[in-house]
Order: sequence, then C-alpha cells, then structure tokens
Amino acid sequence: MINRRTLLGSAAALVAASSLPALAQGEKLKIGFIYVGPVGDGGWTFQHDLARQAVEKEYGDKVETTFIESVPEGADAERALTQLALAGNKMIFATSFGFMDATVNVAKKFPDIKFEHATGYKRSDNLATYDARFYEGRAVIGTIAGRMTKSNKIGYIGSFPIPEVIQGINSAFIHARKVNPNVEMKVVWVYSWFDPAKEADAAAALIAEGVDVFMQHTDSTAPLAKAQEAGVLGFGQASDMASFAPKPRISSIVDNWAPYYIKRVGQALDGTWKSEATWAGIGDGEVVIGEITEAVPAEVKAEAEALKAKIASGEYHPFTGPLKKQDGSDWLADGATATDEELSGLNFYVEGITAPMPK
Amino acid sequence: MIDPIAVFVLLLGAATPILFAALGELVVERAGVLNLGVEGMMIGGALAGFASAHATGSPALGFVAAAIAGAALSMIFAALTQFLLSNQVATGLALTLFGLGLTAMFGKPFEGVKAPSMMAGPFGLNLMIWLGLLAVPAVWWFLMRSRAGLILRAVGENHDAAHGLGYPVRKVRIAAIAFGGAMAGLGGAYISIATVLQWTEGMTAGAGWIALAIVVFAQWNPWGVLAGAWLFGGVTVLQLRLQAAGVAVPVQLLSMAPYLATIIVLVAISARQKFGRSGAGSTPGSLGQPFHALR
Repeated sequence: MINRRTLLGSAAALVAASSLPALAQGEKLKIGFIYVGPVGDGGWTFQHDLARQAVEKEYGDKVETTFIESVPEGADAERALTQLALAGNKMIFATSFGFMDATVNVAKKFPDIKFEHATGYKRSDNLATYDARFYEGRAVIGTIAGRMTKSNKIGYIGSFPIPEVIQGINSAFIHARKVNPNVEMKVVWVYSWFDPAKEADAAAALIAEGVDVFMQHTDSTAPLAKAQEAGVLGFGQASDMASFAPKPRISSIVDNWAPYYIKRVGQALDGTWKSEATWAGIGDGEVVIGEITEAVPAEVKAEAEALKAKIASGEYHPFTGPLKKQDGSDWLADGATATDEELSGLNFYVEGITAPMPK
Repeated sequence: MIDPIAVFVLLLGAATPILFAALGELVVERAGVLNLGVEGMMIGGALAGFASAHATGSPALGFVAAAIAGAALSMIFAALTQFLLSNQVATGLALTLFGLGLTAMFGKPFEGVKAPSMMAGPFGLNLMIWLGLLAVPAVWWFLMRSRAGLILRAVGENHDAAHGLGYPVRKVRIAAIAFGGAMAGLGGAYISIATVLQWTEGMTAGAGWIALAIVVFAQWNPWGVLAGAWLFGGVTVLQLRLQAAGVAVPVQLLSMAPYLATIIVLVAISARQKFGRSGAGSTPGSLGQPFHALR
C-alpha cells in the first residue's frame, strides 16, 4: 500500500528518477491517482479505486498505476499531485471537488501530463473534468424515500454546500414530494467528506428529529450502521453498501467510474486524448441504481424502476418545470428543463424545502 | 422543538471518547510526560476493540482488548522516551503516525463487518458512558487525595527533587504512560464499537488532538476535562440538532467554539500569571523534559 507518508520518504529518489531522459516508446504509461479518503471507506474513494483496478485489468502491462489516499483538500493536495508528477506519471486523476485549484496549479506546471479532475469545472489544454449526474440517481431514491416514509420526514446528510450536493438534495426532494405531497426534508451538513463519527452523529440528530428515511452525501457507511441500530431506512451512497441490505439499505446510488477511466486511459495510450468536460448519468452507466430490496413494496419498486428507465432514455429530465425557488420566485417554466450550466452553478433550494441554505 | 434531555443524552455519547482519552493524557502530563500519540493510541484501541468485540460477540471483551492495545502502543513511547531519552514531542507524533498506518494495514479484514450491540446501562445510557463519568472523580481522588497521586504529581512537578527524595521517577512515569494508553484505547474503542458501529480506517478523525487541547483547556484538572469534553461534545451535537430542526446556525462559528474557548482560557491564565495574582499556574513543572538520574 502506498500512502502519502511513505511517498514523502521516497520523494528525493523520485525527483532523481524524473530527471532521466523521457521514457522510450513502448514503455508503460504511468498513471497516478489522489484520493480524498482511505480506499477502505466503503464509499466514494473505494469506487474510484475499483475503477483504477479495472484500468489495470483492462490494459495489463501497458499501464502502471499508483495512488495516494487520504489527501486533505487544500495545500497538501498540491504537494501530493506534484509528487505524482515528479514520479513520472503521465496521467493523473484527482478525485475530489476540493482538489480543483491544486490540480489547476499543478497542471500549469506540467503541460506534458494529462490531468483529469472529478466533479470540478476548471479546465485547460491538459486538464479535463468529469462528473456523474448523481441527481438522476437522487430522483429515483427520492421517489422511494417519499413512498417509504411513515413520519413524512426524510433526511439528508450533506457534506459541503456545493452545487453537486445541492442538486442531489433538490432532486431527491422534488421526487419525494411528487409521490407524497406531505413530505418534509431535513438537512444536516457535516462539513466533511469522510468523518465516520460525525456522520453517525448527524444521522442520530436526524433520527431524533423524527426522520425515518434518510439519504447521505458523505463517504462512510457510518450513517447506515446508525440507521440499522435505530430501525430506520437509508440508501447506499457512492458504493452499493450491500452488506446493509435488505434493511436499512433499501437501494443505493453506485458511482461506476470504470468505463470512463478505461476509455480515457485508452485515449491516452493511442494518442487521441484531449481535454473535455464529461457529465454522464444513468443512461451512460456511470450512475447505477443498486438493487431495490424486498423491504420495498413491489409497486414502489416498479414505480422507481419506471422513473429510472425514463431518465436513462432521456425522455425525462429530473429538473423539469414548473419549479420555483425556495423563496417562491420562478425558476423553470412548465415543461422547461434546467440547463447543465444552471445545474453546475446551482446554489439554491427549490420551493418546499424549509431548511435554511448555509451561507 | 428540541428536547434538551435528548440533546444531553447525545452530548454524553459524543463526549465520552474524548473524555476517556483526555483523562488518561491528564495523568500522563501530571507525571511530567507529554505524549502527543493520543490519536495513534485511540485508533489502535478502536481497531483492537472492534476486532475483539466482533470476534467474541462481547463488547466488554472488546473494551478490555482496546485498553490492552492502547497500553501496549504507549509502551513503545515509554521505552523510547524513558530509557532512550528521545524527544517526547517527536516520539509522540511518530506514535500517532505509526498507529494510523498500523491499523490501516491490519484493519483491512474488518472493513464492512458489524459490531455486536452495546451494553445497556441505567437510564438508557450505555455502561461506557457511566464508566467515563465515574472516571472523573476517581482520577481526581487519586491525584489529589491519595499518596500515590501525590508522588505522581511530585514527579511531574520537579523530577530531580522527587528523585532526591527516593521516588522511582521512571517507574511512576511508565505507569502513568500505560494508564494514558489504556484510557486512549478505551476512547478509541468507544468510537468504533458504540458510535460508528464498524471499523473504518482513520475513523478517529482527530479526536486525539481534541483530547490534547482539552487537557490544556482544563488546566490539568479532571473536572475541567469533563467540562471541556461536554463543551466540545455539546457544540458538535447541538449544531447538528439545530440544523436538523431547520434553524439557521453559523456552523463554522460553532465548530471553532471549543478551540476559541481553549485560547481564551490560555490567555486568561497567562494574564493572571503576568499580573501576579497567582503563582506558577497549573502546568506541571517538568512537563516534557527528559529525566536522567545521574546518581
């Protein structure tokens, strides 16, 4: 296992190695990854690492991958990325929103290296971005949550109030309301992607508020363990979290990065890689809805699967008007759908959510 | 409407891990040793406790194993600092890094498995919460009222004088370090067995550092440690509860409250010392200094 600390120790050797002449043709493509959490988080980072392993399996001897896990967002990320660059990696994946500025800075210094940044929006000639339409998955599990709640209170454990998370809260709420007009949404922000104790405390706070079905946008399985203890329902997040099925985990949103990683590494190998923005969803197989368990009645399951099919085919967009903003002002007219540009800057709740938006 | 009793119950749970770890560190520092490896010993206890509880189905055995694991890790620190006279700050930091790495490696088989249910206690609070609360007066009594506690404090205040009086400085310190390790292990195991209910790498997420800050905030007084742990646990729980209830709270401000309180306490104390209203303050006189008996 390689982590930040062992890598630090060998930094000097790596610098020496990088000053050697460029690798000849036919050498391995070295690919580096930085992760925001440990690969054993059972969620977000775990899924990125599965995709890394899929790349190794697909290309075998042609590639060599390394990763640095548990890299804090901020200045440390820049150091970790620089280390990967100096170690001779020709393609680097930065897999958290908060690595954005660090990746931009390092990409500027190493124009020959191909950078890929997950969930960000800043691009350059050698820096591409990729994201998944998690909100499509949220629409499906929001529908299930709206049907399954008995207290009419559903909860959401948020990480940071960034557009990606706000899209998810809105999408889940809109679709829960559609099937259950009395549903209310409680939101708790933990200001961390990975802090099992705090995520568990957040789940406990929601349960104490009367929430009986909740979703999470954080990376550990701690909230599901809490749900199991309290006898309420939840969903797998980022990873399937199948060990908590059939209850409390009644379904899940799985991030399937492998097809994208395999495609992009293939392009890097044959020289067709170029910087672009990718935003794939259920239809592309990047967002997968995990098995809906027998704890969910058959008609609810059928309803959720019908919605999933409509989203996958492009027939239905989860943000379709008429929709109003939380303050009551108009957002989308009847039949209009939100543009990608609007969604990638989303910073408000839709009408009906009473929780205040953090400043 | 937020039920204050429900918040208090959640608070007790959130405060317990840092209460254990901070009480242990308090005894260590009172003996004149600064062990910054609390986080490493906590994560060691979290894994050992969880693994044992999972294997035996008994959370009680899990906590016993956690205390042993924490104490065992602390003995590495004791050997290095007490016999080889290494720098305590550097050694403590190394112990934290070592603990995090070691548990990440040995913890892999325990990812995704579940903990047995916790031991219930009176008033719906689990036994470890009660044990943590009882440890506060016990540590206070030991330090302030028992002869052994007096010797421990003498060793921490001035190790040369204690040595001159014939007290075994090194033995006292090793015992204190082992106690600190065991308590940190219990605190860590509370996180894995009672709060999060599973093992995840790096799961203590800085609780050990908070425990260290609380010891200073408490001015090396067990009751102060209780106040600090409640303040920290209370802020954590209350801000989450207020959010769930839909109240707009400045989360960032609340999150920094315990640290702000620590700084204010430190400023107040140094001001008091400067203007001479009290003596030397409550920092143990020999804190962090290596001891080497010349005769």
